[in-house]
Amino acid sequence: MLTYMLTRVFRAALTILLVMTFAFVVLRLSGDPAAIMLGPDAPTDSVDAFRAEWGLDDPIWKQYFAYLKSIAQLDFGISMRDRSSAIMLVLERLPATLALTVPTLLIQLGIGIPAGVYAALHRQSVADRGVIMLSIFGFTIPSFVMGLLLVLVFAVTLGWLPSGGQDSWRHAILPILTMSVGGIGILARFSRSAMIEVMGQPYIRTAMAKGLSWRDVVWKHALPNASVPIVTIVGFMVGSLIAGAVVVESIFSWPGIGRLLIVSVSNRDLAVVQCLLLVIASSMVIANLCVDFAYGLLDPRLRAKTTAH
Amino acid sequence: MTYQAINTAPAPSLIRRFRFKAPLLVTLGLAWLALMALTAICADLVRPYEVTQMDLSARLAAPLTPGHLLGTDDLGRDVLSRLIQSIRVSLVIAFGATILSAVFGTLLGFLAAQFRGTLEHLILVLADFQAALPFLILSLAVLAFFGSSMMLLIGLMGFYGWERYARISRGLAISAGAQGYAAAVVQLGATPVRVYLRHILPNVASTLIVSMTLTFPEIILMESGLSFLGLGVQPPQSSLGNMVGFGREYLTRAPWIMLAPSFIIMMTTLSISLVGDWLRDKLDPTIR
Repeated sequence: MLTYMLTRVFRAALTILLVMTFAFVVLRLSGDPAAIMLGPDAPTDSVDAFRAEWGLDDPIWKQYFAYLKSIAQLDFGISMRDRSSAIMLVLERLPATLALTVPTLLIQLGIGIPAGVYAALHRQSVADRGVIMLSIFGFTIPSFVMGLLLVLVFAVTLGWLPSGGQDSWRHAILPILTMSVGGIGILARFSRSAMIEVMGQPYIRTAMAKGLSWRDVVWKHALPNASVPIVTIVGFMVGSLIAGAVVVESIFSWPGIGRLLIVSVSNRDLAVVQCLLLVIASSMVIANLCVDFAYGLLDPRLRAKTTAH
Repeated sequence: MTYQAINTAPAPSLIRRFRFKAPLLVTLGLAWLALMALTAICADLVRPYEVTQMDLSARLAAPLTPGHLLGTDDLGRDVLSRLIQSIRVSLVIAFGATILSAVFGTLLGFLAAQFRGTLEHLILVLADFQAALPFLILSLAVLAFFGSSMMLLIGLMGFYGWERYARISRGLAISAGAQGYAAAVVQLGATPVRVYLRHILPNVASTLIVSMTLTFPEIILMESGLSFLGLGVQPPQSSLGNMVGFGREYLTRAPWIMLAPSFIIMMTTLSISLVGDWLRDKLDPTIR
């Protein structure tokens, strides 16, 4: 189990290093930050001063190692725009994004999994077909269409809810609703197929044959076994939550890290974009690491297999 | 046992299993996709107006106005004409990108299966990297910093989902290598290229086609999302996503500008999902 965990941690660290390298290469090689920050007509000496100040004249590998070193010291650089610390800018915006993503994840889990499990246990029923249809609808509607439709109905036509901003909890309802829909569909579908597969296994037949109640069969034998593939999907969904936040925050003018990303990308604010890429990639890598560890807890077979390696 | 039978079955039976016994929804989906493909191909013929032709006296005209079936936008441009052009642009991008990512991913998967060792590890690490960043965020970074052009957009979208093909083709190629037929042709002196293209590829094609039907709608959604954020297809070109993005400004006064492309996006992705599911049931031997 220890080697299993260590390999996972090592691969996670390697992935983060790759993301850092990617961010560095793309952002540094794509254009001259001095020209963008100072404009095309800036006098040469101020351009030179700017380049010297930000270390843009060093060879690229030197800049890269300087960059890695500063990150190791938890220094993510300062925003070229307003000279505030990049990591502070990101941390400032983080609570707003979490205020959307955490409730969204809870709603997705709370509705998606039970709906999928219920559909699997009542196959071919009206409820099952309903769940399938709704889940297909859920993940084929792009979030920006969903968001705009919700605004059109609940904000413009009915006037029940505000269409954007972040002044009260009522402002969070439409964004959360928009973000939840797709994930509910995906989770419902995966839980359904995972549960159907488990219910066809011989050990379920055995459990029923030895006279266990339906309740016990489902709760003690089927659900724990179906939880492994479901946990995998939850790990993947963290990424789509963050990507969803970028779109949804832009529709509802919600001041989270998604909007920060779009704004700093269009301002070409290198330090902030790099910092955001790192924060997003790290949270995804950590989420997937948790999923890997959860496997070990959920599935004793996996534990045995990996120690045998 | 069935797995074996399907894998080695000659091509005609594949087509025979395919014959039209499709359920109603799938037939409707196929019909919709055919309509979209036709629209994309004949865009220049069926478009009533030029995409950029403005009619300032008829700005924000409502749908069903004589001469403008779906109304006009803020500059008096015909929404139907723009829609038809957008369908073409979005489909071309999605189609090109799906092919690119399938070819690229399958190639890497085969390379990993053929050479194993370091190369295989490297490809798997790259796949990990791809999974570690949401694709939307990766593309945002690349597009905003390199500027947006049609070729770059297709190229970028062509990276979407390559890791899925790579994993599948690597796994299938390794297991095919363990089967008699691949070893037999190697013994007969076939070059690796011939073994992979003539013998292994046809046997794994059905699984790859199913993955393509999964990636295609995702690429449409990704491209329209980027264009919606203003970072994908740039004006004067228009795509379904950037029509929605512009229509958003007129949500209260002229919702049809945004509703028309939204409807097309939803119907298209829905149709591909239905058809893809059905195809998977028909073709994918692993879920039988």
